[in-house]
Amino acid sequence: MSAIYLDNNATTRIAPEVLEEMMPYLSDMYGNPSSMHTFGGQLHRRIEEARAKVASLINAEPEEIIFTSCGTESDNTAIMSAVESLPRKKHVITTRVEHPAVLNFCQHLARKGYRVTYLPVNNQGQLDTNVLLKEIDEDTAVVSIMFANNETGVIFPVKEILEILKERGILFHTDAVQAVGKIPIDVKNLPVDMLTLSGHKIHAPKGVGALYVRKGTRFNPYIIGGHQEKGRRAGTENVASIIALGRASELAARNLSEEIKYLSALRDRLEDTLLKCCPDVRVNGDRNSRLPNTTNISFEYVEGEAILLRLNEYEICASSGSACTSGSLEPSHVLRAMGVPYTAVHGSIRFSLSRYNTEAEIDRVIEVMPLIIRELRLLSPYGREKIVCPPE
Amino acid sequence: MWEYTDKVKDFFLHPKNVGEIENADAVGEVGSIICGDALKLFLKVDKETGKIIDAKFQTFGCASAIASSSVLTELIKGKTIDEALKVTNKDIAEFLGGLPDEKMHCSVMGREALEAAIANYKGEALPAHEEGKLVCKCFDVTEEKIRKVAIENHLTTVDDITNFTKAGGGCGECKPDIEAILRNIWSLKPPEKPPKPKKLTNLHKIALIQEIIENEIRPGLQADNGDVELIDIDGNKVMVALRGMCTGCVMADVTIKGMQNKLRELVSEDIVVEAYQ
Repeated sequence: MSAIYLDNNATTRIAPEVLEEMMPYLSDMYGNPSSMHTFGGQLHRRIEEARAKVASLINAEPEEIIFTSCGTESDNTAIMSAVESLPRKKHVITTRVEHPAVLNFCQHLARKGYRVTYLPVNNQGQLDTNVLLKEIDEDTAVVSIMFANNETGVIFPVKEILEILKERGILFHTDAVQAVGKIPIDVKNLPVDMLTLSGHKIHAPKGVGALYVRKGTRFNPYIIGGHQEKGRRAGTENVASIIALGRASELAARNLSEEIKYLSALRDRLEDTLLKCCPDVRVNGDRNSRLPNTTNISFEYVEGEAILLRLNEYEICASSGSACTSGSLEPSHVLRAMGVPYTAVHGSIRFSLSRYNTEAEIDRVIEVMPLIIRELRLLSPYGREKIVCPPE
Repeated sequence: MWEYTDKVKDFFLHPKNVGEIENADAVGEVGSIICGDALKLFLKVDKETGKIIDAKFQTFGCASAIASSSVLTELIKGKTIDEALKVTNKDIAEFLGGLPDEKMHCSVMGREALEAAIANYKGEALPAHEEGKLVCKCFDVTEEKIRKVAIENHLTTVDDITNFTKAGGGCGECKPDIEAILRNIWSLKPPEKPPKPKKLTNLHKIALIQEIIENEIRPGLQADNGDVELIDIDGNKVMVALRGMCTGCVMADVTIKGMQNKLRELVSEDIVVEAYQ
């Protein structure tokens, strides 16, 4: 049996259709789209086709899509472009639970003299838009708030945020890396100024992303050089991966509503069963406003890395917010911002599903997980009276 | 992903000597669930020979914490109390074929539990934290522990200390203190401090305070998503407003105090820093 991959918010497998579509551009069709000869120049049209497909996934216009190398580049570009186009404004607003691509970039701006406000979230991981209203002022250049959180899957109230920012001359960027292709996003309905998306979260390869920039939004390129992307992002196009992103966007758009139903049913079954058969377990994040594929569950009295390595023995892949898995001694900044008790943060496990997960795989996790938790709790000096955790 | 040796994996997946000993002759408990790892060690000791005839453990923690605990029990079984006291954190790590640098604190936790259990056996009270000796408040690490671990393992950098004891791995505020302890142990010279200016005009003083806040105070706060803004300077009174994560932080008073100390050290003894309301 091959690995049961439940870490799709980290990265996804390349869809077979996508791989097939991109392969020729990694072998025979290696030209440069900027060339005068047909061999290279013909690729330009393929890039434009991909652009239209990506645009269509979020109901944008093709010319509003800029291809980049990854989500991080899109995030950095968006925020930098915003502050550069409003040079007199020195205030940036974001949240405490952003991805490091936004969080650390804002810290970088703070070191350069910008004032940065990090909005708090409540214990459900949800943003209070009233706090945003209080924090914005004449000096605010840009607000960057994620569409959905990568660790908990909590979806942020972008519509309400836009209501607050309306007609104040403040730019709004959203890191939608986790949301695009998982829930419907329509930039005509939700008029964000800029939106980040990433290829490898939607079954395209790593190393390609896109930035949506609303028509009429002032834009300053971040990577300076050649005329590619109409001068908005220099560097020879990653042709194969851009074509792959186009195909992946097409697949995501086509299957979106069925996938939402399929994934939320699978996820709910996994979550409900684990809640039922393991005592002292909690779900982190607002269950009423969440991505259909994500669940973040805390198992008290046991530590996340230990759970992951036990799962690894069954070839089950997940991730954790515990300190031991973060590369530092500090556990997840997202769960801490939500006020999740340290004890629960240490034992937090994120399962994130994709269209390729099956009922049988979820059954296997439901079978194995309670045993692992029981075994580790038997090892633990805590929660001794509550280790009873028999799978039915 | 951590690169664990096969031995670590084996002791993690199939730990030996798990559990409690009823009527144990000694119990040693270290760490806490808040810190992310904890170990409870139980010993059964033969009264006549002084030999440890059984050792069991319970551990909350990651794979290397569980493996280190289990190895500890294996290493001390059959030894007399005095022999067991010679088991060091290095012995535990070596038995496991090495641990990743960042995980060395797991082996130190094993050694500490052993000391605690033996103190318990001998009826000695564990040396309680003396006032002012606590260095790392995030992970509750004393100067004594830092000294001991540094000398036993020949540690010379703050990163080493963090890997072995966790000290400095949280807010990072104690890093200069750790550095001072290391300098003291290995008698290294402190870096040259800029001499304190003798007589300052108001203009100079204001410029100097601005410079210090900008270059020495803000970067540290920003590293934790916080920030500070200089609002006004009136004589020796410096008014600042905490921003970002610092706003409403429970440690706000400590942060202000730290700022004051820094400015007193570098500008003038009479500086008073106040939070702007």
